[in-house]
Amino acid sequence: MRMSEWLTTHLEKNDDHRNLGYPFGFMDEGAKREIRRAVLKAVAIPGYQVPYGSREMPIARGWGTGGLQITLSLVTPEDVLKVIDQGCDDSVNAVNIKTFVAKVAGIPVTTDTVMASLIQTRHRIPEEPMSRDQILVLQVPYPEALREVEPSEAETRRMHAEADYARMWLYLYEDIVRFGEITISYRYPVTVNGRYIMDPSPIPRWDVPKLHRAETLFLFGAGREKRIYAVPPHTDVVPLEFEDHLFRVEDFSDKFCARCGATDTFLDEIIDSENGGRTYFCSDTGYCAKRSVS
Amino acid sequence: MITVNDLSKDFTLHMLGGKTIRACRNVSFHVPKGGFLGLSGVSGAGKSTVLKCLYRTYIPSSGSIVYDSMILGAVDLVTLGDREVIAIRHKEMGYVSQFLQVIPRVSAVHTVMEPILARNGVTRAEARERAEDLLRRLNIPSGLFDACPSTFSGGEQQRVNIARAVSWKPRLLLLDEPTASLDRNSVGVVLGILRELRDQGTTMIGIFHDKDLMGRVTDRVYQMA
Amino acid sequence: MNPEKPLIRVRALGKRFGEGCIRCKGVTDPEAASNRCPRCGTIHALSGVSFDVYPNEALGVVGESGSGKSTLVRLLHFEWTADRGSFHIHRRAVTGPMTETFFNGDEYSYNLLDISPFQKRQIRNALMGIVYQNPNLGLRMQVSSGGNIAERLIAAGFRRIGTMRERAGGLLEKTEIPVARMDEAPSRFSGGMQQRVQIAKALSNNPLILFLDEVTTGLDLSVQARVLDLIRSLKDELKLSMLVVSHDLGVIRLLCQRTLVMKSGCVVESGLTDQILEDPQHRYTQLLVSSRL
Repeated sequence: MRMSEWLTTHLEKNDDHRNLGYPFGFMDEGAKREIRRAVLKAVAIPGYQVPYGSREMPIARGWGTGGLQITLSLVTPEDVLKVIDQGCDDSVNAVNIKTFVAKVAGIPVTTDTVMASLIQTRHRIPEEPMSRDQILVLQVPYPEALREVEPSEAETRRMHAEADYARMWLYLYEDIVRFGEITISYRYPVTVNGRYIMDPSPIPRWDVPKLHRAETLFLFGAGREKRIYAVPPHTDVVPLEFEDHLFRVEDFSDKFCARCGATDTFLDEIIDSENGGRTYFCSDTGYCAKRSVS
Repeated sequence: MITVNDLSKDFTLHMLGGKTIRACRNVSFHVPKGGFLGLSGVSGAGKSTVLKCLYRTYIPSSGSIVYDSMILGAVDLVTLGDREVIAIRHKEMGYVSQFLQVIPRVSAVHTVMEPILARNGVTRAEARERAEDLLRRLNIPSGLFDACPSTFSGGEQQRVNIARAVSWKPRLLLLDEPTASLDRNSVGVVLGILRELRDQGTTMIGIFHDKDLMGRVTDRVYQMA
Repeated sequence: MNPEKPLIRVRALGKRFGEGCIRCKGVTDPEAASNRCPRCGTIHALSGVSFDVYPNEALGVVGESGSGKSTLVRLLHFEWTADRGSFHIHRRAVTGPMTETFFNGDEYSYNLLDISPFQKRQIRNALMGIVYQNPNLGLRMQVSSGGNIAERLIAAGFRRIGTMRERAGGLLEKTEIPVARMDEAPSRFSGGMQQRVQIAKALSNNPLILFLDEVTTGLDLSVQARVLDLIRSLKDELKLSMLVVSHDLGVIRLLCQRTLVMKSGCVVESGLTDQILEDPQHRYTQLLVSSRL
C-alpha cells in the first residue's frame, strides 16, 4: 500500500490519532523528546551542530528528513503549516511533506508566510519578514561548513572546538586571488554569535542577511548527517568577508518579476527554449501570488 | 685588567677510556690595562690552550682568570655563566684565530661588517666604509670585497680574519698566531693596526711564531714551560 | 649590566610513548643504552629537559636521530601533549588581550602546557613560527605561496586581502622568491624554494620564538648555504629568538652561540657552541664531535 493511500484510509476518517497506534505528529514521544532536547541545546549554543539519533521517516534520507523530524517534534494542534521547496509551495516534495504533516497532526496548511506559524523550507528563506511567533525549519543536506576544506569529521570537530578557522578563510582568499571574487553562491559560510562558522544550508546569498538579528527562530535539520543546529532570534549572523572584499548578495538591478512586477525579490531566470529570451519570476511563489492578487 | 692564577687544563678523552691529557699547567700572569703580553714556548707548551681558556672556548680544569670587566665588574672567567661570557665577548673581548671560519655565501666585506653592525649602532653605509678601509689597508684587492672568502688564498683569508676581529675595536684582544700565514708586507700592516689599537687603549695577549716580532710588539713575554 | 630575563623557560619537560612501568626508571637516563624500556616497551622520548631561551638568542639543540630533539619542538609547538614539565613565556613578550588570559600579575605566564587546546592555538598563532625539515609539513602544497602566508596572517587576525598580499610579497622578497610567483603553488617550486616559502610563512606573524627543525637537512650544499645565509641575516634584521634543532654541527656553529647536546631524551651537556665543539665534556658529545665530517 502506498503511503498516501494508507494515510487516506487510516487517518482522514479519524481525528484522534492516538487510537490508531500512531501518536500525534507520527513520531513516538521518546523520539520527539530527544529531538526537542537537541533543539534546545542547539538554541543554547548558536551555530553549534548537535548530533542526534535521526529516525527513519516515510521519505528517503536526503529528501528533507532532518527538517521533517524537527517539524514533527515541534508541531502542536494550534499550528498552521507552510512548506516550500526553493521558494515554491507547489513542488512535489513540498506538497508531499505538507500533506503528511497536516494529516498526522491534523493541522491546517497555508501558502501565506504571514499566516503560517511553522514553516519548513528547502533552500530559501521567505521574502516576507517573519515574526517572533513563527519558526522556520530549514532542510540541510550538508551541515558541515568546513567539509570543503577538511574531509575528516574528527578534524572538523577539533577545528570548531578550537575556533581554528584559518583554512576556511584561506579558501575564500584563494577564491579571490584566482577569480577576483568569492565564487560561493549557495551555502555561503557565516559566523554565528561571533563563535562558530555555520553552513546556513543551500540558501542563496540573497537570504543570508535575513538570518542576522532576526525576530524568528531558525532551526536547521540534517537527517542523513544526523545534526541539528539553530540560530535563535536576535543573534549575530555575519557572512565571512574581507575588509576589502565584502560579502555581496546577488544583483537583480534592472530586472523584475514578469508576473508581479517585484524588483526587490530573489528572481529565478527562465530561458525561453525557442527564442532564447530571458524572463524572471519571483522564487518565492507564495509572496508573488499574494502580490499579483492585490 | 686580567689576572691568571695557577691555570691548568686537562682533556679527558672518554673514547680512550678516560685518558687524561694535560695541555697546560700552573700558568700565572697579570696583564695591566693597556698592556700587551706575549706568550712564548715550544710547540705543544699550551700557548693556544691558554688563549682558548681565556676566551672560554676551553673550560679550564683548575685555577682562576679574574677579568676586570667594564660591564660586569671583576669576574672569574673560569666559572662565569655562559650568558655572561657571551655578553663579554660581545662587548669587550675579541679573538683572532689562526684561520678564518668562512661563512658560506657571506662576502669579504660583509664578514668584516657583521661584527661592527652587531655592536656599535652605526649605519650600514658607515659600517661598510669602515670595513672597506680595513680591507684596503690589509691589501685585499677591492675587486674581491664582494666575493666570498672561501675562494681566497690562505693569506688573504687570514687578513680578512684579522679585519673581522679588530673592526669593532674590542677592549681585550686575544691573538693566536695572527701573522703566521702572512707575507712580510702584510705583517707590517698588521703590526701597524695592532699598535693603533694599543694607542686607543686595547689590552692584548698574543702568540707570535716569530720571536723578534713578538719582542717588537709586546711589552712583556710570558715563557711557558 | 642589567641581567636579562629568559624569554621562554622550560623545566623538566617529559614525554613518553607507552604506559610505563616500574622498570622504566632505568632507561630515563642518558647513560642508558636505549630509551626504550625492555619490559613494557615504553619509549621515553624526553626525560626531564630544562633550558632557557633569551631574547634575540638562537639556542642550538644537537643530537643523533632518536635523541628527542624533534619531540622537544613538537611539544613546545603544542603539536604533541607533554606528560610533565613546564613552559613559561615572559610577560614582556605578550601584548594585547592575551595578557589577561595567560598572566596573573607574575613576570611569567601560566604553565603553557596546562592551557586549553584553544588557548594553545592562540599562543601559537600569535607568538610562534616553525620551519620543518619536510616542507610538506609546513606548507599546503596545493595552495598558492601567498595563500600559505595569508593563512598564518588570517590566524593572527588579519582580514584585509590587500594588506596580506603586501606583507606576503614583502616576505617572499626577503626570502628571495620572485613576487611574481606569489600565486603559484609551492608544489611547483624546487626544494630550496619550498624551504624559503616555509621560512616566509613562519615569519609572517612576527613570531616571538622561531622553531627550526633540521631546516637544511636534505638540501644540496649550495641551497643549504643559501638558506642558512637567509636565516642568519633575518635573525639579525628581525631580532629573532630561535630554537635551532639539527644533527649538523656546522649549522649549529653558524647560527647559535649556545647549544644543548641531547641523547636518549636527556640533555647531556650544554654550553657555548665553540666550547661544545672544541672542548666537549661528555662522552657522547666527544663521540658526536669526533664523528663530524
